[in-house]
Amino acid sequence: MVDTRGPAPETLRSRRPDDAKEPLINSVDHNRPLVEIRDLHFSRGSRKIFDGLNIVIPQGGITAIMGPSGTGKTTLLKLIGGQLRPDRGQVLVDGQDVQRLSRAELYRLRMRMGMLFQSGALLTDLSVFENVAFPLREHTRLPERMIRTLVLMKLEAVGLRGARDMMPAELSGGMARRVALARAIALDPVMIMYDEPLTGLDPITLGVIVTLVKRMNDALGVTSIIVSHDVAEIAAISDHIHLISGGKVVESGTPAELETTASEWSRQFMQGLPDGPVPFHYPADAYEQDLLGGA
Amino acid sequence: MLGTLQRLGRWGLGVFERLGRGHLFLLQTIGCLGVIVMRPRLVIRELHSVGVLSLLIIVVSGTFVGMVLAYQGYITLVRFGAAEALGTAVALSLVRELGPVVTALLFAGRAGSALTAEIGLMKATEQLSGMEMMAVNPMQRVIAPRFWAAFLSMPLLAAIFSAVGVMGGYFVGVGLLGVDGGSYWSQMQASVDFHEDVMNGIIKSVAFGFVAAWIALFEGYDAVPTSEGVSRATTRTVVHTALAVLALDFILTGLMFQ
Ligand SMILES: Nc1ncnc2c1ncn2[C@@H]1O[C@H](COP(=O)(O)OP(=O)(O)OP(=O)(O)O)[C@@H](O)[C@H]1O
Ligand SMILES: [Mg+2]
Repeated sequence: MVDTRGPAPETLRSRRPDDAKEPLINSVDHNRPLVEIRDLHFSRGSRKIFDGLNIVIPQGGITAIMGPSGTGKTTLLKLIGGQLRPDRGQVLVDGQDVQRLSRAELYRLRMRMGMLFQSGALLTDLSVFENVAFPLREHTRLPERMIRTLVLMKLEAVGLRGARDMMPAELSGGMARRVALARAIALDPVMIMYDEPLTGLDPITLGVIVTLVKRMNDALGVTSIIVSHDVAEIAAISDHIHLISGGKVVESGTPAELETTASEWSRQFMQGLPDGPVPFHYPADAYEQDLLGGA
Repeated sequence: MLGTLQRLGRWGLGVFERLGRGHLFLLQTIGCLGVIVMRPRLVIRELHSVGVLSLLIIVVSGTFVGMVLAYQGYITLVRFGAAEALGTAVALSLVRELGPVVTALLFAGRAGSALTAEIGLMKATEQLSGMEMMAVNPMQRVIAPRFWAAFLSMPLLAAIFSAVGVMGGYFVGVGLLGVDGGSYWSQMQASVDFHEDVMNGIIKSVAFGFVAAWIALFEGYDAVPTSEGVSRATTRTVVHTALAVLALDFILTGLMFQ
């Protein structure tokens, strides 16, 4: 099938000037934490989203973060990427406190992170090809032929080589997500954060994407953080799963551990049972009272 | 009573907060203006969408404003037997005043609103966050080139506006009202001064370009990222730019009057 690696990684990396100083991309050490979240507190307005969250994400693994809708999984990824500031606590990526970094340092760190946005976030005035080429054009001085090769390889990996001339508005939701994935891996990052990579994909594409994530992880030692609701598919490839709810980690472990030994909470979540301790509703007044209009 | 005071206070705080954000935004933009040297192509592309696409409305409006000026000027001048001075009257009104001001107002409606909507939608669809996560600074990649484009195209558009206005005035004054063509041009040449008149107009349009670019980009960047937020921001761009341009015009004219 498709080869996502291509000839480029070495060339690309050696173009980054401060390469030698960056321990991150050398050998993969599965015991070293790549991302450490310590006692994280974060609120949106008066609503507390994280209340003392602790997560350690080891290098080179696939870590899944799951939890009910609206618990703050997207928010967590933005905190890791340094787009939001925590109220309290620390987010360390590769030993560096993301909040303390200068803009230049933060950008240098982000160049080695890929992020797949839940919405895709494609640049609407650029074609599919140019979208995938965007990070390459911005951060490297590769010749046009090389860029073309790299872009076509990434698009091939997500099965959209034929759609290279389309504009984002002409893509379906699932296609847009796949283009965004191709763009997220364009610079061969060492860590990729996927926000809902599988929603809106047909079963065949879903299988291809899951395999792709797995292979990037195995072959290149890419650290993957996956936020997803597709419990079965993600559990099959992930090394660790953290379930978060109510601003805290409620359960973590390997997929097998969560399947068997875990609490009622995680069993309900993993198996998608409607009844159990996991709240399905966003906090609200009593239903009857609300319907009666408080009368 | 207390409630009103409270609301007034909150409103005042809100206004000052926005003003503060607006100035911070301007500082950040200025910090990225080097983009014109490093990546002139980005600026050129925006110049096309901001400037070139505004040309048509500027040319058409300029012609009509010039034609109307000729009619109105003729009525006054002919009473004093000074109809030959029509060229001067039309040219001075355009170069000193109407060229820069009307161009800025049209610009706010045509290009400013488009800039706000574009940037607001980029924000709403997470394109700006996406760039941030790709380690690309949106201030540099998106905002600064557009700032340059708006800033540079305003004086050029104002010059074109005045030029076609003078032609429109010629068409009505000489072609329809029978003013002598030779004196239309020669009187204009003799009494429009480069430093006094043309320069003043240029200074005005440069100032308007700066303000219009700033307001349009800030409104887009600061928009609430929803369709309603973007539509409000677009309206605000047009209204605020118009008010700012008229106020600034008064101040600058007063300063230049001495
Ligand atoms: N810009 C914002 N302003 C205010 N509140 C927000 C904003 N974005 C998110 N929230 C709130 O933060 C909480 C967490 O949002 P987030 O998008 O992180 O959830 P999520 O876990 O990713 O959910 P989903 O699985 O549905 O994507 C939600 O309750 C939401 O109401
Ligand atoms: Mg989400």
